[in-house]
Amino acid sequence: MNAIGQSFPAEQAYDTWLPLLQLAAQEVFNLMLNCGVQPSTAEVDDQGLDNTAMVGLAGKLCGMLTIRCRTKSAAVMASKMLGVTPESAGHAIWDALGEISNMVAGNFKNKISGMADGCMLSVPTVITGADYNLHPLAVSSAIRTILIFEGEPIVLSLEIHN
Amino acid sequence: MENIRTLIVDDSSVMRKIVERSLRQAGISIAQVFEAGNGAEALGTLQENKVDLILCDINMPVMDGLEFVKQLSSVENAKGVPIVMITTEGSEGHVVQALSAGARGYIRKPFTPDQVKEHVIPVLAGKP
Repeated sequence: MNAIGQSFPAEQAYDTWLPLLQLAAQEVFNLMLNCGVQPSTAEVDDQGLDNTAMVGLAGKLCGMLTIRCRTKSAAVMASKMLGVTPESAGHAIWDALGEISNMVAGNFKNKISGMADGCMLSVPTVITGADYNLHPLAVSSAIRTILIFEGEPIVLSLEIHN
Repeated sequence: MENIRTLIVDDSSVMRKIVERSLRQAGISIAQVFEAGNGAEALGTLQENKVDLILCDINMPVMDGLEFVKQLSSVENAKGVPIVMITTEGSEGHVVQALSAGARGYIRKPFTPDQVKEHVIPVLAGKP
């Protein structure tokens, strides 16, 4: 969880952020859920990814980090965090997914030199349902990766607004 | 320290449970756990209850953790109670702000139970 010594801002630096984003997520799953996630290059059918957690970033880096997954995956995440069965996780699945997105965003920004102090995070929001469109008013770049968690896909995205 | 009363302040109920479990895994004997979803709720809890340890997030709605720590000096039940921040805000600036406001320890999320043990036990023992 060391900071990477790269300057900011630099448009081309976004390319180097993908492995940092993946690492940030892997550390959160390893430490808080006691299980791994593996990056995948396989394409994912967005259908069924009906849980979306969002955390806003503001300051030196403006944007939005989102994590999308199936309800089944969110329930397993909550169960691993709470030590209960997925079936009994109940409403905690959204709380857990929001907290995971918050930790991934925080862990990611802490890995980029100069970002930890200059970038604030919003309280996370979780949307359920897949039938919606997101219209950010300014997006200059985006990083997207697919992670495999317990055999199911998770789509992790960072939209960068500046 | 045996049978402590602790206040866990975090807007995530899942995280409050994880923090409580981590304290128990660290071998800390807990008599009672109070929970609050933000700083304002926590101040209300402390008006009515005495605790031995406070664990507090920073980013929360209504009242954030730094403001909560600043306001604690005016709460009689909180005088001398050690505070450990547990937060995703891992920057040096936030650490300095938290410690300046009165926190005695700082744990970055994500964390392990061992990290909780490493930071909380010295604080409970009264060590800096």
